[in-house]
Order: sequence, then C-alpha cells, then structure tokens
Amino acid sequence: MNIKGLNKEIVESISRKKNEPQWMTDFRLVALDIFESKPMPQWGADLSDLDPDDIYYYIKPIMDQQTEWSDVPEKIKTTFEKLGIPQAEQKFLAGVGAQFDSEVIYKNLKKRWADQGVIFCDMSTALRDHEELVKKYFSTAIPAHDNKFAALNSAVWSGGSFVYVPAGVKIEMPLQAYFRIDSSQMGQFERTLIIAEPDSFVEYVEGCSAPIYKKNSLHSAVVELIALPGAHIRYTTIQNWSNNVYNLVTKRAIAYKDARVEWVDGNFGSKVTMKYPCIVLKESGAKGSIISLAIAGNGQHQDSGGKIIHLAPHTTSSIIAKSISKNGGRSSYRGLLKVIKGAHHVQSKVQCDALIFDDISRTDTYPTIDVKEDQVDIGHEASVSKVSDEQLFYLQSRGFTEQSARALIVNGFIDAFVQLLPMEYAVEINRLIAMEMEDSIG
Amino acid sequence: MRKKSPRGQIIAHGAKNSINNPSCYTEYMEKHALLSLNNVSVSVLDKPVLYDIDLKINNGTSHAVMGPNGSGKSTLAYALAGHPNYTITAGSILFHGNDLVAMPIHERVRNGLFLSFQHPVEIPGVSVASFLKEAYVAVTGNHISPVEFHDLLHKRCAQLKIDESFTARAVNVGFSGGEKKRLELLQLLMLQPKLAILDEIDSGLDIDSLKIVAAGIELARQENPDLSIILITHYQRILDYLVPDYVHVLCEGRMQHSGNAMVAHMLEAKGYNEYKRP
Repeated sequence: MNIKGLNKEIVESISRKKNEPQWMTDFRLVALDIFESKPMPQWGADLSDLDPDDIYYYIKPIMDQQTEWSDVPEKIKTTFEKLGIPQAEQKFLAGVGAQFDSEVIYKNLKKRWADQGVIFCDMSTALRDHEELVKKYFSTAIPAHDNKFAALNSAVWSGGSFVYVPAGVKIEMPLQAYFRIDSSQMGQFERTLIIAEPDSFVEYVEGCSAPIYKKNSLHSAVVELIALPGAHIRYTTIQNWSNNVYNLVTKRAIAYKDARVEWVDGNFGSKVTMKYPCIVLKESGAKGSIISLAIAGNGQHQDSGGKIIHLAPHTTSSIIAKSISKNGGRSSYRGLLKVIKGAHHVQSKVQCDALIFDDISRTDTYPTIDVKEDQVDIGHEASVSKVSDEQLFYLQSRGFTEQSARALIVNGFIDAFVQLLPMEYAVEINRLIAMEMEDSIG
Repeated sequence: MRKKSPRGQIIAHGAKNSINNPSCYTEYMEKHALLSLNNVSVSVLDKPVLYDIDLKINNGTSHAVMGPNGSGKSTLAYALAGHPNYTITAGSILFHGNDLVAMPIHERVRNGLFLSFQHPVEIPGVSVASFLKEAYVAVTGNHISPVEFHDLLHKRCAQLKIDESFTARAVNVGFSGGEKKRLELLQLLMLQPKLAILDEIDSGLDIDSLKIVAAGIELARQENPDLSIILITHYQRILDYLVPDYVHVLCEGRMQHSGNAMVAHMLEAKGYNEYKRP
C-alpha cells in the first residue's frame, strides 16, 4: 500500500494496520481535518515546491522495501565510505535492508535499563504495551493544531521512540536511537515522546552523521519531552538529510518545577529545514537551554532557532544558535523569547553567531522578544563573521592546506556545540565538517 | 621606465670570507644559497611596491632588513610566504634551488619556510594546543603521540617563560601584543623551520618581553645552527641582543644598501634620509 496523497481512508488504514485503540484513530482523524484546513505557512523558508499530494504518507517498513544498493546515489555511497561506516550499516542507512542488527549488541544494556523500570521502545509498541502512560502524555506538549505539519504528523505518524524514566532513576549512558535501529525508526513521520519522572535523568541521542537517504522528500517529525519536577532531559539530534528533503519538525518540552531540559540540535543536509525546538518553563526553578548548529550549502535553506516560554518566576534559559552558510546557502535564525506577566526574576541569554564563507551565501536573524515582566535579566547577542582571507593565509602559512584551514576555523566556530556531544558524535562531526569543506572548494 | 639603481644590485653577502670578492661569492651563492631572489619585483593588488630585489640567504646566516614605514619590508615577507594579494611581477625566487613562486603556501612551509606575523590573526574556538598539534603534524609529517606532544609543548613553553594555561586559550583571541609575539615564537620553536622570516617581532614589546623574544630566537639558532633568519625591523634595539651577520636597507621599494651589523648603528644615528629620493 504505497499510495500518494492523503485522505480519511488512508489515515484509518494506517491506524487499523497498527491495531490502535479507537482514541488514537479518532485523534488521527481530527488531526487530518486540521491539516487540511490549515494553509501552508507563508513565513520562513520557501515551501512552494512542496506538493502534499505528491507524497507517500505510508510506506511499507524498510525491511520489505525492494531498494537495491545500486539505486543509492553515488554521492551518498562515497560519503558512507569517507565516514568509515561498515558496509552492512551503510546498506541499512540507505534503506537497503535491516542487516545491521544492533538489537543484539545492545540487548544487555536494555536489560539493565529495564531492571530499573525504564521503558525504551518504539512508539507503536508503547501504545500497545503502555497505553495508559501514552494516553496521559501523548500530544500534551504539541497539540495537533499547533501547526500544519504537527497536524500532518499527528494524522499519519509512524515509528519514533517512547522513553519512560521512573522517578529518581538516572540513566548514566545516553539512549541512542541509532543503536535501536529497526524498520520503523527512521520513518518520515516519526513521533517521539519522552517522560522523565521526578528527579530522574535521561540523555537521548537521535540520528547519526551519515546522510539519511530517502526517496521521499518530506520528513515531518514531532518530539515531545515531559520533564516532571526535578527531572533533567537532554535531547541531542544530529541529522544529515540528503539534499532533496524538506525537514519540517516540531519539538517541544515542558519543564516543571526545578526541572531542566536541553535541546542540542545539529542540522546538516536537507533542502529546507524548519525547526525551532521549544521549551516551556512551566513552574518555578525550571531551566531550559537550546544549542543548535546549522550548515547551509548550495541550494539549502536552514531556517532554525529556538523558542523559550517563561510561564513561571525564577526560571532561566539560554539559546546558543550557530550557523554556517557557504556556496550560496542560506541560514536563518528564528527565535522567540517570551516572558509572561508575573514571571519575575527570569534570566535569559540568547546568542546567535553566523559564519559566512563567501559573498554568495546569506544569513538572517529574526529574533522575537516578548517580555511582559519588568524584573527580568535578559540578554541578546548576535554576531556575523566571515572566514577571512587573512585567517586562511595565517593557517596556510602554518602548513595547513586551504581545505584543512577552513575546517579548523569551522571547528573552532562550532566548538561550543561539539563540547556538548557524546565523544563518538564529536568525532563524527569533525569528519563531517572536513567533508563539507571538501565540497566547498572548487 | 624603471631603471635599475646601482645600489639595487648590491648583493647581500652570505659568506663572510668572500665579502671582498663579490663575483666569486656570487657564483658560490648561486649554487648553495638557501634562498635567492634575483631581480624580484612585487606588486600588491596591482600596485608596484618592490623593485629589482636581489637577496641571497645562505644556511645558518642571519639578516636584518631595515627600513622606514612603507618601504616594502613586510611586502617582502608576505611575498616570500605566498600571500595571494602579493604578486611577483618580475625576477625569480629559488628556495632550496626550487621555484618558490610555483609552490602553494603550505608547501613552502612544509619545505622549511616560516613567517612570524606582525599582526597574527585570531582563530576563535581553536586552542593554542590543538592548533600547534595540527600545525606540527602538517609541517613535520611526524604523527606524534598526544603524550609526546604534550611533553614537547611543555618544554617549549618553559623555554619561552609561557604559562601552560596559555595553551588552553583560543589562538590570539584576547592576547596582548607581547603574548601574540610569544605565540609566534613558540610556533617557530615547535615547527623548526630552515628559514625564519620574522616580521617586526620586536614591535610593541617592553624591554623584558624583548629580551625573552631575543633569547627565544637565539635558542632556535643554537638548536639548529643551519637556521637562517630574516629579521625585519624598524629599530636597532633588538639587534643589540641579536647581532645579525648582515644588514640590508630597504627604502622606497629598493634594496639600497647591504653591509654588516655596523649599518644598523649608522641608521640609528643618521636615519634613512640619505636613502630617500629628494
């Protein structure tokens, strides 16, 4: 059943195939109405080439797909080679089949988590095995009517992760979607929900540095985080989409009393990315931070940023957004900082830094600051810098090639971002940057 | 029409015993010079700056290039290092007997040329230690272990009286003038070139920093007696600590005079006026 376009029957059949409870089917159908009634967003990146009627909304699991290795574009294959990814894994990432059985490798780890009451599974499984938990929190951070693409995801979601961490449990090792690879994980419309009970800690890492090759051109995920009092969630995303993809993602976290949420968000590849991770600081003492990195190359528009909403006094937040534009690419920072009346003693700092490689690339900043309270401490800084000829000359006169000089400058620029990544991701990012630099010269 | 001035043809003497016999010396130097510039003219973004420069640098010799502001001293340094805005419009430059102009910038460095910058640039987010490590590997080709590298860096810092915390800071970001010069010198000691071109490494230094810098250069020479130095400076001051074998006077884009260290003292007393066109 791979049919283009979307209608009620398709949504119902997705739900039926998954044996979902009636409330979920109803939820999907309401969301479909919302999706159809909302116009395409006219702000932000240009979506005029995106035709919702020309997209497959439900594709068979990757395992059943008859994609051939020879169909995978040469550029993607070369990139896998350069990243040093084993061939079996390469095939999986390119959608050629689930030959990389990471389940086995991480079974023992999963058992340890399970012994502590941690639930880590795909969303459909969670709906089947932990329906009450899912029902309690699903779509509470991001209602279907939030935006057109959140509505779309709500109607047709498939795959994604569900994480539940019991009170007081601190998972010392990052949970990695990458290691829990299965056919549903890397779908187009995945739905992820993380619930951290009071005083728990979880770090979740999504994606990997390999470019994700998809025939389909729309990726529209929804990620919801619930940080209950005193809990701490760190959610790290590294995504490298092939450059035909529209990556339109809604991410939001709710932080309760003294809870802490961190979004670490790295965006490579894609044709258009629109993604503004949001944190709602709902109760006093909550802390939120968003740190993001976007690299826009030829033909790409990375429209990203962050949103922080202070609903309670004594809440603190920070946004650090870094972007790199090269070869005619465009990166935009779009941010919201909102403080409601009564949310006194709020502290917030927003910093966006853009690095431009050449005169044909572009960067813009669209910060919105809406503060209704006087007793606040808010800072906003923005910088734009260019890779200067003098920097390149200096480094070349220390033995660096032009390419490695550019890579060094970029690595310095993104250092604050990379510092927050788990080690193996930091290493992959460095390789990815080096490859991006190869692309930017002649 | 440019005319070659008689003084422009004076050759920098690189072998002391032949100082009174220029023709014999020239022949010797052509064969053995580490660096030789032959009637070199340089333009900066199409503006002619240097004319008919002849300069021979032999292994293990030290040369001061002196001249007033705007005389073309830094142009000489940048042209040798290969800055893209600096074009060799006439003449030839041989380095180890090879055509220097044809070499990409990084190849010049890997073959032993080092330029210490008058105004080193900032590289935000890149620590001195990781920058030096990558530069060290790029220049020497020696894939040193992290522990060995740390020991080497530690030793070099101590020699230059640089606090180790310095190496954790981002390259030149927020550095004082003196710190920048010391970082340049630290690079000289780490990268071990065959020819060091030091562009006003003495400018803006107080007397204590100047002594440390001079001692650092002296150390590099002791460790590698074959190291040749081109010291570009306005002032005699640093030459009190580092007595050069030769002093060349660059004025209005031409090599006006070459001689021994006495020339510097003469300049200090009389200034550059006698070399300027009326």
